[in-house]
Amino acid sequence: MTAKLHRRDVVTKLLEKRGKLLVIAGLGSTSWDITAAGDSDLSFPTWGAMGQAAMIGLGLALAQPKRRVLVITGDGEMLMGLGALASIGVQRPANLTVAVIDNERYGETGMQATHTASGVDLAAVAKACGFRNSRIVSKNESFRKIVHQTTGPNFLQIKVVAEKLPLALPPHDGVLLKDRFRRALLGKSADVLAEKG
Amino acid sequence: MPPSDWSAQVRRELVAAGVRVVGYVPDAGHKRLIELCQADASMRAVVLTTEEDGIGLAAGAWLGGKRSVLLMQSSGVGNIINVLGMVQVCRIPLVMVVTMRGEAGEFNSWQVPMGEATARVLEAMGVTVRRAEKEEEISRLVRNALRSCYRDGSASAILIAQRVVGIKSFQEQRSQ
Repeated sequence: MTAKLHRRDVVTKLLEKRGKLLVIAGLGSTSWDITAAGDSDLSFPTWGAMGQAAMIGLGLALAQPKRRVLVITGDGEMLMGLGALASIGVQRPANLTVAVIDNERYGETGMQATHTASGVDLAAVAKACGFRNSRIVSKNESFRKIVHQTTGPNFLQIKVVAEKLPLALPPHDGVLLKDRFRRALLGKSADVLAEKG
Repeated sequence: MPPSDWSAQVRRELVAAGVRVVGYVPDAGHKRLIELCQADASMRAVVLTTEEDGIGLAAGAWLGGKRSVLLMQSSGVGNIINVLGMVQVCRIPLVMVVTMRGEAGEFNSWQVPMGEATARVLEAMGVTVRRAEKEEEISRLVRNALRSCYRDGSASAILIAQRVVGIKSFQEQRSQ
């Protein structure tokens, strides 16, 4: 199956009219994708900690059960932390969606094939781990309902063309990324919480 | 374990500090603390498949405004090294309670190398290390770590000496 979707279009669609949506992005291309779609204080793009995007999403979804949380990450990043799918399957946060932008390549290191190029079916893994909804996406569609409404945990493995695109870099400063996110989400209590339980 | 055991004391400290998320990879030494956290309605106990996932969990919880703690044995410290980079760069408050293996009395020699390197590995990645040699020291060290880490965005590990936990043989482990 040859992928037809383009990652930047897909990510722009995932983030369309995002409102109060909380977004975590895996390192590399998906962090550039969410930045190209429009940087936001309520986005936490990562520059490292490969394999942890879905777990950061789980921690956030448990901490903020009334907010919708979207993790956007790559197939290589997800493959490094497959155990996260099992842990999410146990906790079953209704407000969490994990979207894997699957180009079947390690995009930052020379476009080497990942396991998904050999047919590893991440959506089937997520389903087997207990995600409520999980599927492979290969055609253009609206993600609005699954990201903003559908009871989760939800998993989308979105097949995209393997392409090298212009970089769109978010801020590097980890403290800035963390603090802007917490202030945008928690308001003044972001700073008060440091002093009090 | 006596009635006033360290696990119950640590749970009280977690509650007092407002800890809402407890990530763990099981260890025999943490058995009772894990059970106490699971039974506590104010906390969410999250079982992990590998210790590094506890770092992502803690980071996400803090982004969402909630405090957490991570329980593991010393072998797990080897699994978290790279992701501690995120903790350092983002200054994410992190408290880990680590039960030691590979120390005096260890029955499994394969635990020894990581046990001997645990403190150095943590320190190399910017984590403050405190050791509890006696049961009565543990809860105070946890309390102090929670205070300082959530005040200044730092990371701390409390290492509980193996002789405090005291698992020495397969027979003893089986009888638990």
